[in-house]
Order: sequence, then C-alpha cells, then structure tokens
Amino acid sequence: MAEFVMPTLGSDMTEGTLVEWKKKVGDQVTKGEIIAEVDTEKSAIEVESFYTGIIQQLIAKPGDTVLVGTVMAIISEEGKSAEQVEAKVAKPVKESTPSPVGEPIVPPPPEPGRLRISPAAKQLASELRVDPSSLKGTGPGGAITLDDVRAAAAVPTKEPPTVTIDRQARMREIIAAAMARSKREIPHYYLSTAIDMGKAMAWLKDENLKRSVTDRLLYGVLLIKAVALALRQVPELNALWKGGAAVQSPDVHVGVAVSLRQGGLVAPAIHHTDKQSLGELMTRFQDVVKRARAGTLRSSEFSDPTITVTSLGEQGVETVFGVIYPPQVALVGFGKVVERPWVVGGEVVSRPVVMASLSADHRVTDGHRGAVFLSAIDRLLQEPAQL
Amino acid sequence: MIKMTYREAVRAGLREALQNNPHVFLMGEDVGKYGGTYACSKGFLEEFGSERIRDTPLSESTFVGAGIGAALGGMKPIVEVMTVNFSLLALDQIVNNAATIRHMSGGQFSIPLVVRMATGAGRQVAAQHSHSLEGWYAHIPGIKVLTPATVIDARSMLLSALKEPDPVFIFEHAYLYPMEGEVDEGALPVDISRAAVRRQGKDVSLITFGGSLWKALQAAETLAGEGIDAEVIDLRVLRPLDQATVLASVKKTHRAVIIDEAWRTGSFAAEISAQIMEGAFYDLDGPVARVCSAEVPIPYPKHLEDAALPQPETIVTAVRNLKG
Amino acid sequence: MTPPIDRGHGLELLRQMLRIRRFEEKCAELYSLGKIRGFLHLYIGEEAVAVGAMPCLTSEDAIVGTYREHGHALIRGTPMGPLMAELYGKANGCARGRGGSMHFFDAARRFYGGLAIVGGGLPVAVGLALADKMQKRPRVTACFFGDGAVAEGEFHESLNLAALWKLPVLFLCENNLYAMGTALARHQSQPDIAKKADAYAIPAEAVDGMDVLAVESATQQAMNFVRHDGGPYLIEYRTYRFRAHSMYDAELYRTKDEVAQWKQRDPIASFERYLRGNGLLHTDEVEKMETAITAEIEEAVAFAEAGGWESIEDLARDVYTPRQAEASGKVE
Repeated sequence: MAEFVMPTLGSDMTEGTLVEWKKKVGDQVTKGEIIAEVDTEKSAIEVESFYTGIIQQLIAKPGDTVLVGTVMAIISEEGKSAEQVEAKVAKPVKESTPSPVGEPIVPPPPEPGRLRISPAAKQLASELRVDPSSLKGTGPGGAITLDDVRAAAAVPTKEPPTVTIDRQARMREIIAAAMARSKREIPHYYLSTAIDMGKAMAWLKDENLKRSVTDRLLYGVLLIKAVALALRQVPELNALWKGGAAVQSPDVHVGVAVSLRQGGLVAPAIHHTDKQSLGELMTRFQDVVKRARAGTLRSSEFSDPTITVTSLGEQGVETVFGVIYPPQVALVGFGKVVERPWVVGGEVVSRPVVMASLSADHRVTDGHRGAVFLSAIDRLLQEPAQL
Repeated sequence: MIKMTYREAVRAGLREALQNNPHVFLMGEDVGKYGGTYACSKGFLEEFGSERIRDTPLSESTFVGAGIGAALGGMKPIVEVMTVNFSLLALDQIVNNAATIRHMSGGQFSIPLVVRMATGAGRQVAAQHSHSLEGWYAHIPGIKVLTPATVIDARSMLLSALKEPDPVFIFEHAYLYPMEGEVDEGALPVDISRAAVRRQGKDVSLITFGGSLWKALQAAETLAGEGIDAEVIDLRVLRPLDQATVLASVKKTHRAVIIDEAWRTGSFAAEISAQIMEGAFYDLDGPVARVCSAEVPIPYPKHLEDAALPQPETIVTAVRNLKG
Repeated sequence: MTPPIDRGHGLELLRQMLRIRRFEEKCAELYSLGKIRGFLHLYIGEEAVAVGAMPCLTSEDAIVGTYREHGHALIRGTPMGPLMAELYGKANGCARGRGGSMHFFDAARRFYGGLAIVGGGLPVAVGLALADKMQKRPRVTACFFGDGAVAEGEFHESLNLAALWKLPVLFLCENNLYAMGTALARHQSQPDIAKKADAYAIPAEAVDGMDVLAVESATQQAMNFVRHDGGPYLIEYRTYRFRAHSMYDAELYRTKDEVAQWKQRDPIASFERYLRGNGLLHTDEVEKMETAITAEIEEAVAFAEAGGWESIEDLARDVYTPRQAEASGKVE
C-alpha cells in the first residue's frame, strides 16, 4: 500500500492546492506518470507518482489546499491488498531555529580603579544624586546599569537586607502601608456573581487528556484569560490612577496574587495576558509563581499589572472581596468551585459553580459597568474553547 | 638597514619569491613586457622568462579564476589585478570560488593563491579608478586580507602570504609606491597576523590602515603640538583582524578615531567601531569617531578630491571634537 | 556511422546510463518527500554524455563540473552512498554534507565540483590545465558547462586564454537547448556553439548527445588531440533534458510536444534497441541490471539515512586550512 503525498517542490513550499486529478479510482498508474496537477504560490506543476499500481482511493478533492506531506491518494502496489485509510493531515514540521552562533566578544576584565558604568547609568546617577562608586553593578563584567542606579535610589537605607526575617518584616510593612492607603484613598464598591463552570471544567478535562502531563492546564488559567478578554469589553477597569485621573492602559497585564510560604502576598504581572494562548499562560503562570516564591521576580513584574486576580478557591473560601492594589482600579476574586444545585431548562441539576467578585474604584466605574464586566467573564467561561 | 621606496620593496619581495620557489609565478595585465603598471615587475620577464611572468589578456575573471585553478593544481600563483577597481570583474571567482571551495568540499582542497592589487585615491584619476574596496574583501570568510602601509611590510608581507595555504589578498595603496622608507633585514620575515602600534600615545587611539597611516601619523604630530598624545595603530591585516591590539589601545586611551579611505557608510571603519563598542564599551569616554571619504564618487579636480578624502587636518579636527 | 562495439563494453555503457537514470529518479522522489532540500537539477535525458565522455579520461585527468553533475560524479567513481548522503546534507556525504546537490567534490578522483555559477568553472579549468603544463604533467582538464555558459564573458575569456597559452583543456558543452528557461535561439546571436570556437582558433565539433557511442567516439578523439597537441578542444554535445531545469519549474518555456519528441530519442531506450538489434543484449539482462541498481540505490539511501549530522560546534570548520605552527591571532 503506497501513499501519494503532497510533495515539496521547492525549499519554501509549505502547502499546495490540488487543481485536478489526472487519474480516477481504479486506474492503473506507473512510476513516473503524472498523477495530478498541483498549484503552488509560484505556478501550477504536474506531479508524478513514485509508485506503480492501481489507484485505490483519492482522498484530496480538487480545490483542497493541504500541507506538504499530507496523504492525498492511496495506490495499491502490484500484489498488495487494499485498505481504507483515514485522511492523515500532516503536521507542519517546525524547524527548530538554531540558536545564533556567533563569537561574542568577551569584554576585558574590569580594571581596578576604573568604574564600569554605562553612559546612561552615569547620567541617571547624576540626576538621582546616587554616588556610582558606591554601587555594585549587575551588568556584564560587573558593569553598573540603569537598574542598579534605580534600585539604589529607591532603597532609603544603604545597606541591603541580609537576614530573611528582616526581609519578611519589611514586606509586611510595605503591604500594610499599601492596603491602608488603598482603603483610605479608594472608594471601593463590590459586586459578585455565580458562574456555571460546567462547560469550562468539561472542556478542560478533555483538553488535558490531549496534553502531556507537563502541559496540562489548571482551571485558574481559564479564569485569568477570561478576565483579560473581558477587559476588552470594559477597558475602563484596565486603567491606572495617576495624578488624579484614571489613565486607560493600552495593554492588559493581569497581576496574579501569589501567597508566599513565609507569609505575605505578591501579585506579579503576566504581561499581555489577553494575547497569550492558554498553554502559554499556564507556562507563564507557573514561572511567575515559582519566581515569586523564590524571590526572583523582576521589578517590572511588580509595577506592571493593570488589574489583579486573586483566587482563594484552594483555601476553601467561596467568595473573595479583595482590596485593590493602587494604582490599579479593580481587583477580581474567585472562590472555590463548588457543586451546587442549578436550574437548567426548568430542571434542577448539579453544576460546578464559582463565585466571581469584583472590587472596583468608584471614582472610575460604577456598578453598571462592573456588572457588565462580570457578565462578560461569565459568558467567556461558557465558551472555553474560544479562550 | 636598507633604504628603498615602497615600489622597490614590492619588487624586491616579488623577486625573492620568484627566486626561492620554482612553483611561484606572476600573472596579470602588463606585468611582463610593460614591466608592471607600477613598475613592480620591471626586468622580470627578462630575468625569469615568459613561463613564469605571464602577461594576460584583459580578462580579470578568467585570470583570477585561472589562479585559483593553478593553485589547486600545485602551483603558487601570484595574480596581479592592476587595481581594485578592475577586480570587480573577478568578484565572482573570488567570492564564489576562492573563498568557498574549501568549505563546500568539506575541507578537501586548499587554495594557496596570492592576489595583489593597487588601491586607493589621491592622484586625480577620477571616480572609476579611485576605489578603496578592501573592506568588501575583509567581509568574506575564507580569504585573508593584508594592507601593507610601510616599506618593510611591502617588502615582506608577500613572502609570508605565499606560505599561507588559503587565498590571500594584498592591497597596495597606489599613493605609497614612491614613498621612501627603511627595511631592517634583521626584522624579516614579518608576521601577517598582528596590528602594529606605530606611535605610542595615551590620549586617543587613531586606528587606521594602508595609505591613511601616514595621514594619521602627520595628524598625531600636529596634535602633539596641542598637548594631545595620540597613539597610532596600523591594522596591517584586515582579515583576520587583530582585535586584541585595538582593544588594548582603546582601554588605555578611552578614545578612538578610525581613519579609513573608503566611503563612510558600511565601511570597514564601521566594523571596527562595532568591535570596539562590543569589546571596550565601558572603557570609552565618548563615542567612536570615524574619518572616511565623503559620500561622493571621487571627483577629478584636486581641491574636490582632497576635500572628499580623509586628510591630516580632518583627522586633527575629529580628535579635537572628541574633547568637546 | 558509429562503429560496432564489444558486447561487454556495450552492456557497461547501458548499465551506467541506467544507474544514473534510476539514481536521478530516486532523487526526485526523495526531494518530494523533503529529504533532499534546496535546488535539485536532474540529468535525466542527458545520460549519454556523461557515460560516453567520462571514461575517456584517465584517473590522472581533472574534471570541473556544473550544478547538474550527479551523473558525472557517479561515472567518475564516487560511490553512491556518499553522494546520496551529500544530498541529504549528512556528515558522511562526499563533502561532509556542506555542499549538497550542486557541490559534489572528490579530491581523490580529481573532481573539482559541482559549481553553481554558470560559467564559473571555466577559468578554474584553465588554471588546472596551466598548472599541469607548467609542471610538465601530461594531464588533461575536462570542463563541463551548458549552453547558458556560452553567454558569459568567462566562456570567451577562457577559450581565448586556453588557446593563447596552449593549455590542455577539453571544453565540453552540454547543449540541452535551454539556459534554465531561455531557449538557445533567444540567447545566442550565433546558436551554433561549436562554431564559436573558431573565433579563438580552437578546433571543435558538434556531436549527437543522445547517442552514447557517438559521444564516446568524439570525446576519445578529442582527448587524443589534446594529449598530442597540448592545446584545447571544444565539443558541443547536442542533448536534451527531459525534466524541468530544477524541481520547481512549470516548464512554461517549452511545449509538451517538444519534450515528447525528444523522449523518442531517449539515449537509454535507443541504445537498448541498438544492442538488441545487434544481438548484444539478452532478454533478462536488463532486468538483472535494474535489480542490481535498485539494490545499490536502496543501500545508498540506507547509508544516507544512517548518517549523522555535523555538530553545530563544527560550524566554522573548513573555512581556512588549519595550521600546525604558531597561533596566528584569532582562530577561525
């Protein structure tokens, strides 16, 4: 049994369109004989069969565009029996991009006495009144970078914390200050709604069967993605409060609240959350959680979230009414997914239900817009395959 | 110490090469009966005969390609392309055969070919005879590129090049042929791998090659009078470039000015600048400067040609501008 | 009138033409499956030229070829396995996989490519012949090129120089009537290629490139001339390629009828008929040949499939010849 596949006729050809078959089922074809005409980007080419035999099955139809390598017909070679074959769609072969091979020029080791600082960093140091010679550089070869200068300018004490306990206490202080300020300055309003997660959980189960163990998705990424997409419909909630007004952000960076083992909470950003696929989100999410717990988050991850999502479902809590992280103007909370009685088509059935809540800044939005946002999240979670 | 002109030095080197090895032969336009367009092979036809001193038709592509074939066939050809301006006709043989055959064959062949060309401007010979394209050649992996700027290098680089198993291109600045200099016979043979510090200094690195070396040295003298101590580096070899010498100099002086007679855009000076940025960024006290030819086909009238090319005055100005 | 031949010799000629034909067909198949990449220029239809001409050279002589050189390399004697592996790009290819289809090289067999620039090999051939003459070695350099090359300046320069300096170059033009997609009559004011040699005072002749015996006879005589005279000779083989210029070619520049006409002069089929007609070929002999060739090809494919890929660490090797002596600055 031989397969006639869409050939590659040139190094840049990835797919072709069948124009017409030159043979019918049952016809004899010999090796080297033209069996079809195929259209490519450049021109129409007649393609040959590499096998001699009888055409058993013509799988592709005229007009079909298929990837190179896709089985288009089955030929039974002389003396071999026929079988029905399902059309196999060839996966595009991903060519792994080789990592660029170049000879990086190794910078010479730093000369004692001469400060290795970039011109930009030097300029900033002068602006921020930071003495560059007091800095330890984190750039190549120990060079002082802009980040090093900024970091030095931000920390009031010159000595970096060396003891873990000190760092924790410091963090608690910072959180306390932020929460107090948030409650003081931001007029919060709260909304909640129950969302039927039946379709989402079922889809997730199926989807995860197709994935390897390491690639499996947690339901949390569905929630995060739904929030990110819902923001497109209510972009006022994706704003930052600056200088007395809400400035809408062009990008959606959802901050995910991660509790730290030593106590304390951080909510680093997953950048461009709305543009990530679920797989990518899962990877990013795991990465950010790992680094949050290891203490190796980047400063941009702290400062970039445009909205925060907190989920205490695993703790068993049903509804979460969180405190907004300034300068954000909203916070979305999800509780535990609980099997509940639910009415579907007049009948009472059991459904997995999650409580979604919104804490929002009343200076920026009102309850109506908040409600639209929660509804959008609900609707999005009813079409999990579109997330 | 022997005094001779650059031209005499080239001639002496060629003669020694022809005398030492019967497989060496010279091939090019007017190298025989005419004695060489720059008189570098005067008298050779009589001395070595027409088998070894071969006048070719005006067929740059074929006689450079024949040089490749002859090298493959066991000879040690020295191909003279009259000037870099005419070498363009042979670029295909150089880029597609000389530079690639070793690699394409998986290492089966070596091509011990030497090609000499005159290069550069300054003699009012106008746009089609004034190119400095050695930077184009230095771009190509598979060949080596030499730019002898001193009389001793003119005397000896050829002989070192003939020892190379791979194609070597030697660019002789046409302006230098009548220049006088000294050859210390004890210092021969010269290497063809390192740049040379022609003048020690601590305030700025003037990095250059070929005909521009003398302009840079002259500029350095002027600068010394202004209290600026310039270090002058003669690259000598464009491929493979002696990065270590360049970076060491810049590390010391913290300022770099590159002088290259090619047009500024996409010049070899741009390559050196990039390498300095990559290797000595933190040692720089200011951006790397370049003094190159103006973006114009080289004009015929003297005052315009002079204005188009790098000059000692423009090098001095460039250095002064570094200090702000 | 081609002379009668020895049966063993006739069978060998047929076998070699079949070997090339089947090898090229296999290449087409492997290319369609993506095993061979880049450009692929098949020799199908032109086999009589390589098979008739190449054996006229001794192992001492040199060959410079074009990008349509699979047949020439096979006849020269490079084993099929390393050639197939080269097509795959594998490390056990004849050029370590670095060249691919257009760049077969074999130093031991004085096979200097596999060169892809039309006309680019002629000057190199002139140089090889020059080296032989200067070192007084009685060797000949055979330079294959197509009708397209005749338009390049290098063709004229090389013929001129070879004649001027009386160099032992055999200029062998495989005129398949098309320079890629441009017919000979559309790119040559004087389409009689053999006649052009006159302008350079080089003896020349045109030969039916579909007749392996005619090719052989003419090439042998030309070789004798070059060896005896020491100067160049040009043969124009009038041949035809049955396939497209390369794999991705819609052949809009010629009609199917024209191809069909030329296929009637298929060098393999014609020679087979000739042998049978002269009682030199028995019924099952062709089948036996085909079986053996199929096995050889399968073995070559297996060899290629089994080959490894060069490590990326070795990317920059063979750019320069390694030196044992002093470190010369940067290691390339």
